[in-house]
Amino acid sequence: MEVYLDNSATTRVRSEAIEEMVRVMDINYGNPSSIHLKGYEAEKILNEARHNVAELINCEDSEIVFTSGGTESNNLALRGIAEIMKKRGNHIISSKIEHPSVLNVLKQLEEEGFVVTYLDVDEAGKIDLKELKEAISSKTILISIMSVNNEIGTIEPVESIAVLTAQYELAVFHVDGVQAAGKIEINVKNDNIHLLSLSGHKIHGPKGIGALYIKKKVRIKPIILGGGQERNLRSGTENLPGIAGFGIACKLSKEEFKGNAERLRILKKRLYDGISAEIRDIHLNGPEINDGAPQILNVSFPGVKSEVLLHALEEKGIYVSPGSACSNRKNGVSHVLKSIGLKRELAESAIRFSFGYFNTEEEIDYTVSVLKEKVSFLRKYMRR
Amino acid sequence: MQDILLIKYGELALKGDNRSFFENRLMKNIKNALNEINDVKIEKTHGRIYVECSDNTDYVIEKLKRVFGIVGITLAKKVDLNIEDIYEASINIMKQYKDKSFKVETRRPNKTFPYESMEISRKVGAEILSNVDNLHVDVHNPDVLLNIEIREMAYLYTDVIDGIGGMPVGTNGKATVLLSGGIDSPVAAWMMMKRGAEVNAVYFHSHPYTSERAKNKVIELCRVLSQYGQKIDLNIVNFTEFQLAIYDKCPPKMTTIIMRRMMMRIAENIARKTSSMALVTGESLGQVASQTIESIYCTNAAASMPVFRPLIGMDKSEIMGLAKKIGTYEISIRPYEDCCTIFVPKHPVIKPVLEEIEEIERNFNYQNYIDNISIDVQSIK
Repeated sequence: MEVYLDNSATTRVRSEAIEEMVRVMDINYGNPSSIHLKGYEAEKILNEARHNVAELINCEDSEIVFTSGGTESNNLALRGIAEIMKKRGNHIISSKIEHPSVLNVLKQLEEEGFVVTYLDVDEAGKIDLKELKEAISSKTILISIMSVNNEIGTIEPVESIAVLTAQYELAVFHVDGVQAAGKIEINVKNDNIHLLSLSGHKIHGPKGIGALYIKKKVRIKPIILGGGQERNLRSGTENLPGIAGFGIACKLSKEEFKGNAERLRILKKRLYDGISAEIRDIHLNGPEINDGAPQILNVSFPGVKSEVLLHALEEKGIYVSPGSACSNRKNGVSHVLKSIGLKRELAESAIRFSFGYFNTEEEIDYTVSVLKEKVSFLRKYMRR
Repeated sequence: MQDILLIKYGELALKGDNRSFFENRLMKNIKNALNEINDVKIEKTHGRIYVECSDNTDYVIEKLKRVFGIVGITLAKKVDLNIEDIYEASINIMKQYKDKSFKVETRRPNKTFPYESMEISRKVGAEILSNVDNLHVDVHNPDVLLNIEIREMAYLYTDVIDGIGGMPVGTNGKATVLLSGGIDSPVAAWMMMKRGAEVNAVYFHSHPYTSERAKNKVIELCRVLSQYGQKIDLNIVNFTEFQLAIYDKCPPKMTTIIMRRMMMRIAENIARKTSSMALVTGESLGQVASQTIESIYCTNAAASMPVFRPLIGMDKSEIMGLAKKIGTYEISIRPYEDCCTIFVPKHPVIKPVLEEIEEIERNFNYQNYIDNISIDVQSIK
């Protein structure tokens, strides 16, 4: 049995999206910028996809800019604002558990003279609004906080942050919504979010496509220059097949939102309950089981190294990540697990299970039974 | 006039009666290194190997820089043995230099040439001065040294590119190296090859607990090593079952040292079967608990062949520097668990006692595992 429980790394593409992409590559291969009919047809597909993305987060179509994915969206948001605002202020606020595509841009901005405050998080991964209130000032040009953490599933208090930042004239609020889209309610209108990053391949769309929501009247400087596509904010011929697939994925996400989020939460709870009942001495990392995002479960199995358990599961067709897919190439412990104060032994034995549309309860039960067998087997050999 | 590469080899010339054996092996290794390049002619005369290539000279030089036994490589002009042609070639070479001091140095192994070496240098120097502007002579500290060698032809060159040194691979027997995928063991293998040993390799794979990527890492390391002059046979030992048995049957703090002793035994079996007469490890004294003298004493006792540890006195930073130079470093630092790190006891014994270990091993029918272990062999070049 193949059980893919690494949906926060990437997801299997929905067949509806694949069909649409193939159709676009085969038939609507025109360039949306071309003046002839073939170009016009392509442009219609582009507009329709843009509408679907906008619908998912409740914004205007014209507020969506397509990018190559979550990383580019985060880069464009942070650098785009910093470049425009640098004459008026140089203070940026973010958190210690952001994605590397945020943290590494901030590191570079610091080298260029910006001052960045990295908010601490508690053991559930949540930022402290009081700490934010103390940090923010009239010099603050940008606040960048993720909606859902990719490693432990913490849901940050985006609404409250938005209310707070709205009181400061310069402050632009950017949300990394890559892991939140389709899983928790995002409503940029109500939440007063200025910028929001999205990615196609985390919601059963294709890789290499994403979007940045840019609220009307928020000015931003492009990082990629060229023929002026995407209102001059992201030049380059549009990745139309990717955009079309992304559009379908957003549409399905919107339509199936309630049922899907509920289903993911049931799967997550089923896995956690199963593990708790069958395996002794385990540790839930991050938020309480009912508090976090519905699709992410991070659990430590003390005594068993993450990578060893991962490969033991792999042999049985079960695919998971150690801590996070983005940090497992580097040495040392994940910065997120470190920030929530996890002890080394727990951090080194953390496994992230992340659920998606295609997972079933049967798969979860199978995973529990394999985990039970493998963890007790491996514990005999390790760290004695 | 023609471009030609002169290959200098130092140590070999000292080998007396065996000299032709070393030279022939070096010739063979050079041919192997250049075998995929078209239009290359390799020739040997007294104390020199010559490589003629039509174009892509830079690429040929890059290949030659990885052949052990070569001390220097020079890009020379080859001209007929008469003084006029030597003048013309000298002037041509020196025209590329401006506002420099120079000196001409001549060697004349071919005594049939009518002028003596000092005389040639003087005459050529004078010709250069009167035909090339903005150069002057400085016999003590010249910017440019023009070398002229009078052999059956005349060879003229200015720069010598450093070769890698060492002895031709294949001239000093065969050794079996235990490769883990870390930084040290490929460097140890390389150092043995540098001294002329042919190597083959053993890797212990603990599927599924060590990943395919970890195995692939070792394959890629062998590929880098193989660029230094030989194909490498990699013996991939399927170690999981045996490893788990060791962990089942031995006290936790002893598992690391016993596992290493078992690895030595398996490697020695492979060595015997492949006509190899020594083992090679990447151990460096004191680097980790298993590399104290006490531990090495115990591991060593499991082998009857000589065990070479070329890194034993090197610091980690020196080893890393070498790994970068060789080209293995970037592969070695990929962070996948290997079989030595997946099951690590909390407190490995630092000063093991051989008698205690042998006592434990006596209660454990390990020979059966060693005899029946399955090994896949991949030839990598």
